[in-house]
Amino acid sequence: MSVLSPTLMSPEAAARRPWLEHAHDWVVTVDHKRLGILYVVSGLVFFVVAGIEATLMRLQLAWPGLHIVPPETFNRLFTMHGTSMVFLVGIPIVFGFGNYLVPLMIGARDLAFPRLNAFGFWIFLFAGLLLHWSFIGGEGLSGSGSAPAVGWFAYAPLTSRAFTPGNATDYWNLAVFIAGVGTIGTAINIVATTLTMRGPGMTLGRMPIFVWTMVTVSAMTLFILPPLSAAQIMLLLDRFLGAHFFDTQAGGSAVMWQHFFWFFGHPEVYVLMLPGFGFVSEIIPVFSRKVIFGYATLVAATVSIGGVALSTWAHHMFVVGMGTGLNAVFALSTMLIAVPTGIKIFNWLATMYGGRIRFRTPMLFCCAFLFQFLCAGLTGVMLSVAPFDWQLSDSYFVVAHFHFVLIGGLLFAIFAAIYYWFPKVTGRMLSERLGRWHCWLLVVGFNLTFITMHGQGVLGMPRRIYTYPADRGWEMWNLVTTLGVPLQIVAVLIFVVNVAVSLRRGERAGDDPWDAWTLEWATSSPPPEYNFETIPVTTSRRPLWDMKHPDDPDGPHE
Amino acid sequence: MSAHTAVHESTVGHEWRGRAGMIGLIIAESSLFGVFVVAHLFYTGKSVNGPYPNDVLTIPVIGTICLLSSSVSVALGARALGRGNVGRSGAWLLVTVLLGATFLAGTAREWHRLIYRDGLTIATNLFGTTFYPLVGLHGSHVIVGLVMLGLCCVFAATGALRAVHAARVEMVSWYWHFVDGVWVVVFTVVYLIGR
Amino acid sequence: MPTAQTPSIFDPVSSPALAIRELSFVVLGLSAVIFVVVAGVAAYTLVRFRNRPGDGRREPPQVYGSTQIELAWTVVPFLIVMVLFLVTARYIYGIEGRAMPSDALEVTVVGNQWWWEIRYPRLGIVTANELHVPVSDPARPAPTFITLQSVDVIHSFWVPQLAGKMDVIPNKTNRMWIDPRVPGTYVGQCAEYCGTQHAWMLLEVIVHPRDEFDRWVAAQQTPAVTDPAVRAGRELFLSLSCINCHTVRGTPANGVFGPDLTHLMSRRTIAAGAARNTPEALRAWVDAPGAIKPGVRMPAMKLAKSELDSLTTYLLTLR
Repeated sequence: MSVLSPTLMSPEAAARRPWLEHAHDWVVTVDHKRLGILYVVSGLVFFVVAGIEATLMRLQLAWPGLHIVPPETFNRLFTMHGTSMVFLVGIPIVFGFGNYLVPLMIGARDLAFPRLNAFGFWIFLFAGLLLHWSFIGGEGLSGSGSAPAVGWFAYAPLTSRAFTPGNATDYWNLAVFIAGVGTIGTAINIVATTLTMRGPGMTLGRMPIFVWTMVTVSAMTLFILPPLSAAQIMLLLDRFLGAHFFDTQAGGSAVMWQHFFWFFGHPEVYVLMLPGFGFVSEIIPVFSRKVIFGYATLVAATVSIGGVALSTWAHHMFVVGMGTGLNAVFALSTMLIAVPTGIKIFNWLATMYGGRIRFRTPMLFCCAFLFQFLCAGLTGVMLSVAPFDWQLSDSYFVVAHFHFVLIGGLLFAIFAAIYYWFPKVTGRMLSERLGRWHCWLLVVGFNLTFITMHGQGVLGMPRRIYTYPADRGWEMWNLVTTLGVPLQIVAVLIFVVNVAVSLRRGERAGDDPWDAWTLEWATSSPPPEYNFETIPVTTSRRPLWDMKHPDDPDGPHE
Repeated sequence: MSAHTAVHESTVGHEWRGRAGMIGLIIAESSLFGVFVVAHLFYTGKSVNGPYPNDVLTIPVIGTICLLSSSVSVALGARALGRGNVGRSGAWLLVTVLLGATFLAGTAREWHRLIYRDGLTIATNLFGTTFYPLVGLHGSHVIVGLVMLGLCCVFAATGALRAVHAARVEMVSWYWHFVDGVWVVVFTVVYLIGR
Repeated sequence: MPTAQTPSIFDPVSSPALAIRELSFVVLGLSAVIFVVVAGVAAYTLVRFRNRPGDGRREPPQVYGSTQIELAWTVVPFLIVMVLFLVTARYIYGIEGRAMPSDALEVTVVGNQWWWEIRYPRLGIVTANELHVPVSDPARPAPTFITLQSVDVIHSFWVPQLAGKMDVIPNKTNRMWIDPRVPGTYVGQCAEYCGTQHAWMLLEVIVHPRDEFDRWVAAQQTPAVTDPAVRAGRELFLSLSCINCHTVRGTPANGVFGPDLTHLMSRRTIAAGAARNTPEALRAWVDAPGAIKPGVRMPAMKLAKSELDSLTTYLLTLR
């Protein structure tokens, strides 16, 4: 059954069309909604692949001295896992949601440049397939193909031809570069759309918080992704034309790669996380039945996170030997960013306070998000204390920290968003019962794995090692960490089943199943191709609240 | 829901869509160039062997004059189209293409001399490593610009270009101004500071 | 669970690590307080304001914001951050800014794929993977200042109980210092991914009482033992390409690409910790290093069994 049937056909006629025609529609589409779905679905598929890679790693590390995978394979696994999760899962899903929701939320009919949008998706998909082709393409060592094994941040000079022969690193370099080009295109699209295509009455100060987060991260992308592309061009020139950008034997600087990479890499994780904050900022008010507390400060916090994030990158380099001055400066900027981030948590709590909280699945995921992201933020502040980072950098403590941010924070927010907007996209509700199982299993499994993982870190276990000595006292920590994995796998499987079953047999959603307040709920589920019959006129930050409560509209309070 | 007073669907005029997009592209491209500039500045004076910039670089006066004046010609061309004068627009755009091509030819000659007479390649030393990519990145953007401008000239000649396309040609001209702006920076960093 | 060899950052014996632990108490304490307060408010909110069946469809009072509250929860965290930064800066300068006293022991550690070269420039000693230092009494400190270099890719020197880590970067020289106050063996390993065998680039720092350290130095300074009983093995060693990579002081072997073997048998492990230094392991290593540490740079020597025995017997005399 087609999710978005051509609205000119009757549903029966639409269902009878040959599947090839359906497929063709999806391949040639420039509709932001379809492209958004394509992005999110592709991201989730890569998520499963990267999750399998993680599972293999955790199996290998469950006990010292195991031989589940040989060392070279393990090194490829963590490289592919990290690279995939950031570039092929996080970014596509986040920008996919942006694609789908931004025009609807601001009362537009599509993004500014629909063909550029389509180009962005297909170039991302090509990049993802290119990266994974590396497993089987080209010459390989140890018979496991030549997937890159240089880590997701690919430090020089390990990536030079001298230390990494073969084409594995080139797969990494080119795939990530190409994906980056697509992301820059989408970012341009979102900025142009929000600045120039808002519907009548939709001033910047009335845009949903999610749209603010998408504009912020798109603007950030314009500044931060090109430096990565530049560094990758330099690496390409080093590897193929004998340039010496990062060639330490010829006087080049290995540290320069790190500066360029992290100038991109740190803001990138905020690019991933801010839309997660956007999801939560839309969902918590609806399920607390209260307006978001402090819209203006939330927007200010969002934009300032975007700005300050550009100044914190070298906290990934505290152990490189930058000197006391730079260490202090970057410690300060990193600590400062905790302020607007903390404020957001307070705003969400204040929104829930005094409300009538309904614990439907989207809200369950948001609640887990709140506690887990609080932990993540606090371990982040700990790591910003440079001397503490001198111990814990490149240890499992850092791995625990960023998985708390990206799973405990972002992934939970993404699942909240999927449960919340699935009815709008498909016209059907996801099962609440399966959703609760999904959520609780994931909470238990995730925390079992990643709370424990802080332990290995403080006990001195570094990252990216395929095994470890038996006499360091790390075995039990690693075993428990691994035990959380099957729970998370089952949770994700339940989610997949939920989606499959609900697509066919889910309860019909109607236009506005959650009794929400933003513009996307003012059209049918799924929306027609042109989004709205007539573009609604926006009278406040919650246009549908004004409609439902004509006696007490938001306008005078804003 | 009815749109009782709103007539147009979006808050700003149509042409701002393209302008916002082009500004976004320019920001991203500036960031890209910025990193190559940083690398060039960082490695200034750090080559362990020659040839050194002072030995082999000569200031590209003619090319620079051509390129910078092409910004004037492209502005005139965009404005002419805005007034409906397709013929004049096409002429100015052609002038722009010729000036840009002259600049490229100068770069090509300079590189030929550097490689074959002075023995400076990208692999020779840190100067070569940063010089060629930075100037080459700019040159590649000039080429893209010349292709776009060339297409505009062709469309002007065949009559496909009309006044209604003025906003689009304006965007091409903005891109060209950006390329010129980058040259000012590259010129300063490579031929003035870096020497 | 933690064993004697567990390299916990909370079990420091040297000033930098002790200072970091002190700082970490401040940070952990602060984080714990914040967590309890915020999580407490969150938990309370979720329980107290959950929708009860009798509530019907009435919407609760809509609260749009509060300038005072929002100002307060901006200013207070900002002040906390300022205090935290000042404390942090003090520790940064206190640890990194320490100048080297003229009588400190100087060691140069050179990172290789995948082993550590340890040099004592003023003592004329070159060894591998084990760093021997004298114990330092807080009343009369005897610190060791370590210069860090790399011949190939980026590594990182990390012995948690002694100090925070410091990267080992080609074309860059870094410095750090330790002053362990308790004799013993402290373990660590490379902490920056450096290729296939990053996992087996282990470190041991052996802290000796002063007189024991002096004896170790004296023993290391002597050239290699020349035991006539193993003459055949020694001659075999000197005739093979072993000498292209390895140094044995007192013989013509002076290669620099592999560990110095002059006092090989004084070390507890081989292959940077991948195997214990026993006759069986040593023999297996020489025969096929790739079986113990796949991807290692040392080639398999492909010796006949008798040659292998003879060579191993020689190596076992290098005490």
